[in-house]
Amino acid sequence: MAPGLRVALAQHRPIRLEVSLECGPGELLVLVGPSGSGKTTVLRCIAGLHHPERGEVTCGGSTWLDTDRKVSVTPQRRGVGLVFQHYALFPHLRALENVTVAMTHLAVARRVPRARELLALVNMEGLEGRRPDELSGGQRQRVALARALARDPAVLLLDEPFSAVDQMTRRRLRRELAQLRHTLQIPVVLVTHDLDEAQMLADRVTLLHRGHTLQSGPTREVMRRPVSAEAARLLDQTNVFSARIVSHEPQHGRTWIESDGLRLECAHTPEFAVGEPIDWLVPPSDVVLHRRDRPSRGERENPLRGTVSEFVILGDEALVNMDIDELDDTLSFTVSVHVAGRNRVGLGEPIGVSLLASGIHIMKRSAAD
Amino acid sequence: MVNATPLVLSLELAAWTSALMLPIGLFVGRALAWRRFPGKPVIEAAIALPLVLPPTVLGYYLLLSFAPDAVLGGAFQGLTGKTLAFSFPGLVLASMLFNLPFAVQPMQQAFAAIPGEIREAAWVSGLSPARTLLRIELPLAWPGVLAAFVLTFAHTLGEFGVVLMVGGNIPGETRTLSIAIYDRVQAFDMSGAGALSALLLALSLVAIALVRALAGRGPRV
Repeated sequence: MAPGLRVALAQHRPIRLEVSLECGPGELLVLVGPSGSGKTTVLRCIAGLHHPERGEVTCGGSTWLDTDRKVSVTPQRRGVGLVFQHYALFPHLRALENVTVAMTHLAVARRVPRARELLALVNMEGLEGRRPDELSGGQRQRVALARALARDPAVLLLDEPFSAVDQMTRRRLRRELAQLRHTLQIPVVLVTHDLDEAQMLADRVTLLHRGHTLQSGPTREVMRRPVSAEAARLLDQTNVFSARIVSHEPQHGRTWIESDGLRLECAHTPEFAVGEPIDWLVPPSDVVLHRRDRPSRGERENPLRGTVSEFVILGDEALVNMDIDELDDTLSFTVSVHVAGRNRVGLGEPIGVSLLASGIHIMKRSAAD
Repeated sequence: MVNATPLVLSLELAAWTSALMLPIGLFVGRALAWRRFPGKPVIEAAIALPLVLPPTVLGYYLLLSFAPDAVLGGAFQGLTGKTLAFSFPGLVLASMLFNLPFAVQPMQQAFAAIPGEIREAAWVSGLSPARTLLRIELPLAWPGVLAAFVLTFAHTLGEFGVVLMVGGNIPGETRTLSIAIYDRVQAFDMSGAGALSALLLALSLVAIALVRALAGRGPRV
């Protein structure tokens, strides 16, 4: 049996679940999806705090749940380290005791030294004697992490671990987790609805929606190549359009698609039949602004003209929405503020852009659309 | 228990009642705080019933079931050879029923105030249900547990109606402090009644002060 964590769950109530996921030792899997998509319920099933109607959970070769064989190991015996969203520290115990209390598997004499080690690992040295109400949000999160690691768990689960702290603390805690996880040789599953967080931390991403696994894969793959327009929307991809396949040119390594009479060149995608209706997207990073003074790189690649309908400066970057002349649709992209200035990009200005053929991603049109 | 003064008898009755109600209140209060089961509102209503039911009504039904030809009374007589009515054990039993809301409700509130996540955190930390109760739940719920104990104790000290109905007025067996006060007044011994009343008043004040002090204690969850 494969080591690492393997999960398959199905239930109709209280919320629908049809989820499968895998996470190897040392790998960090992020479960991402909007509120109510079932992310936390999946974690609770892994920890043994929720019992799905049907399901199988195996970790490191041992079976924790197998509803077909009526196996269900108690949370106490699963070897799970769980960091709750609001930490759920024991309010009457000091930081050190919060950690030692979870060390029932160790001889009493070894608990305090080991707990001090773990608290040092999460940068909590010197605060071992404080109670939870004497700690800041970030410090509580660190104690919760140390407690989760106290049992030498077979899997570490984190439920929106950074949602209850301020922006600065969040950045620091993320960095700490990114460093810490490389010392852990166990599967780590993190739940979040924050896509930036997912991109920063995840090796692999599983996208959940209404209790279903929409897509699983390496982070970059999922982010850049969603399986459907629905997945793309959940991943905050704004440039999603409809089209149909016009022709394949394998000798040139390209496929042509057409949206409302506008022909676009894409990377060769032979799995779609000519004439098939599809959805496509282009990430903002693959939209190239044409320079006003001289031709720019890739200018002949899928050139589009349009008018700036929205121009918002966000720090060093400017968000540009362009009404496409050829299509009854809007394209979003960002440029650095100085590039926007040099090329006179502003509200109401006519501009030209190119869509890089390699960046255009073609998706199967789902039945619902 | 022969020749025990009414004060000692009252204290004994209060001690037995609160000691026996402690585990019952713990079990019932905890179950009502966390479990959902069919019939739960009915059970909660039944537990609250002694708050509104006239003690004489409760006493009347208890007397019926204490009778030697009733199931409860018969069983007790079969085991001990004594009657349950007009005896100290009968008083304790009546007292326990009468104190159900005082023993259960503060504990139910105390356990309900502990977030479910805290208990789940204990379970995934490897703590068995028994260890979770000892290490996590009781340290968090203790003010409520103690308040229930003190309330039950104080309430039993002052019990009158039920005691009179099922216990009567037998010196050394069922004549508790409040019965003795009534007895003194009936005998126009107002100074004797006054001394006993002052004693009961003082004990009740201490109990209420204790309960109010406990209400503000305990770790913030």
